[in-house]
Amino acid sequence: MSAFVGKYADELIKTAKYIATPGKGILAADESTGTIGKRLASINVENIESNRQALRELLFTSPNALSYLSGVILFEETLYQKTSGGKPFVDVLIENSVIPGIKVDKGTVEIAGTNSETTTQGFDSLGARCQQYYKAGARFAKWRAVLRIGPTEPSELAIQQNAQGLARYAIICQENGLVPIVEPEVLTDGDHDIKKCAAVTEKVLAAVYKALNDHHVLLEGTLLKPNMVTPGSDSPKVTPEVIAEYTVAALRRTVPPAVPGIVFLSGGQSEEEATLNLNAMNKLEVVKPWTLSFSFGRALQQSTIKKWAGKKDNVPAAQQAFLARCKANSAATLGKYAGGNADAAASESLYVKGYKY
Amino acid sequence: MAVSFTIRAGTYADELVKTAKTIASPGRGILAMDESNATCGKRLASIGLENTEANRQAYRTLLVTAPGLGQYISGAILFEETLYQSTTDGKKMVDVLVAQNIMPGIKVDKGLVPLAGSNDESWCQGLDGLASRCAAYYQQGARFAKWRTVVSIPNGPSALAVKEAAWGLARYAAIAQDNGLVPIVEPEILLDGDHGIERTFEVAQKVWAEVFFYMAENNVMYEGILLKPSMVTPGAECKEKATPEQVAEYTLKLLHRRIPPAVPGIMFLSGGQSEVEATLNLNAMNQRPNPWHVSFSYARALQNTCLKTWGGRPENVKAAQDTLLVRAKANSLAQLGKYTGEGESAEAKEGMYVKNYSY
Repeated sequence: MSAFVGKYADELIKTAKYIATPGKGILAADESTGTIGKRLASINVENIESNRQALRELLFTSPNALSYLSGVILFEETLYQKTSGGKPFVDVLIENSVIPGIKVDKGTVEIAGTNSETTTQGFDSLGARCQQYYKAGARFAKWRAVLRIGPTEPSELAIQQNAQGLARYAIICQENGLVPIVEPEVLTDGDHDIKKCAAVTEKVLAAVYKALNDHHVLLEGTLLKPNMVTPGSDSPKVTPEVIAEYTVAALRRTVPPAVPGIVFLSGGQSEEEATLNLNAMNKLEVVKPWTLSFSFGRALQQSTIKKWAGKKDNVPAAQQAFLARCKANSAATLGKYAGGNADAAASESLYVKGYKY
Repeated sequence: MAVSFTIRAGTYADELVKTAKTIASPGRGILAMDESNATCGKRLASIGLENTEANRQAYRTLLVTAPGLGQYISGAILFEETLYQSTTDGKKMVDVLVAQNIMPGIKVDKGLVPLAGSNDESWCQGLDGLASRCAAYYQQGARFAKWRTVVSIPNGPSALAVKEAAWGLARYAAIAQDNGLVPIVEPEILLDGDHGIERTFEVAQKVWAEVFFYMAENNVMYEGILLKPSMVTPGAECKEKATPEQVAEYTLKLLHRRIPPAVPGIMFLSGGQSEVEATLNLNAMNQRPNPWHVSFSYARALQNTCLKTWGGRPENVKAAQDTLLVRAKANSLAQLGKYTGEGESAEAKEGMYVKNYSY
């Protein structure tokens, strides 16, 4: 068959379209236990379950913030957690018209014979796990593939391996009722210029969509989570307008209109940078048949976590900070962000060399 | 968006983009008049004319001098002989076209031959010396090129045939762009067969996935290409016919799933449909805005009635040109989604499917 038309087809299409609603975006709150530990450590908070629960409760109960979100990606532990009042997080989200999603990959490992390139693990029992997650209320999933730019990277092997992995993950999700977010992240690490990033991003996306098509993935029931096209982290910065032009050009060359939404990752960009870049893309006057929105982790939570610092008394202020970033990014998806209401925390770069989730 | 063309762009990048955009302008499409001498001979024979250069010249003169043709036609694909010919008035064919605001294009493939190791399928030749030929055609005034390969559903198609079709197109496209010509990319999925529309849809999705992947590998710049697909229809011998709305639904779905928005224009081939069918189907596809210009590149579906009206007689030239303009205008309206189908002749509704048709 030419595309997957299983029992969930209509629901997948509907879910993907809803997540891609202009004016809304995704909160990526799916940090693994290890990674969230780093966040908590940065504010001197112990990495125990109650603290992880407290942070996520802070985010999900922020007054009015959820109205700017169409989805939240969760880590497995969080999918089954509750508020301090005993309400399942999943219910909190659904009641506020936010679709719960779930990270399903099991991290990256090196591909033997390459120069530290990686592939993503997580296929064992993936179908069964997706079914469980669907029962628990999840309706979309996420799997992060990683590529890097170097003198001979990304290699053909790394591109093919990651593209095939994303395609296999995507069809298994669709068989089990979850909209797959397809994430081929090309890392910013390096001293390459924006043109190099553009060329690599286009090559990777072409391979990804070829693989998705070969695996009969229903494109109308997927979302794309790509990197923005930027200069390397060790290269001089460029304006949001330049990033917007290269990024949108790359997407126009590779992403078929059947895909309803493109939700960018923020990589190591500061909260404000990420918002400004997204805004510039939405202001570009060129045909963009998919919604351009956000799926931000650090770029939505950074100031919020700092303001919270683990203290209950700080929760309202932290929630205000979170609301501000949600509002700003919502405006950016409409090309209406006025900018400039960033404090020091919001402008702080979140780039970490060799960043590992 | 000049900055983006530094990726995958050659010397002619800006011009290619401009040419493709001009051909893909609203309300206009392409007149395919690139029949090889042998094929043109069949056309002339059908109206009792001998296949001589003079007759081919007379017929092509009739076409290119139709007054006001440029209002509906943005490009004309020529055969090599015609590119270097003059009209019966002694003006260069290319000059007449340019004066009519019509861009001259050139067929550059060297036809289909049997594909060894396949299931009786074909592949398209023409890569040898293609670069210098394109350069020469550019000098002569051509600004776009066309390469037609085919895929046959009754014969599989085999993975080999699909791969070869896609790879050949990708190589041709890269070479054409390198030499200043906008490549029209044409993988025709033949109408022959008794398969239903779902099967055509399945094959078309596979073919286009391959075509785009290989074009990406060959660093083809999509803002400077045009596509010439076949519409998604049932096979000619299928018992179930499809309405224009069904053809539009399947074809648009195909386009949405396979064609990146960077491609400026999709110019459908008519492949044996009647003149009116081809117009109705195009019209159905333009009832809502599309991310690319969706238009026509018709040969028989523009020329059939015109050729018959001419019948080889000088006194019929004006009447023949009028019928050409009627069809051109109808398709122009269809491109805008505004075709109503009033006043069409029986002739125009006659199917032109020929089993095992070869150019």
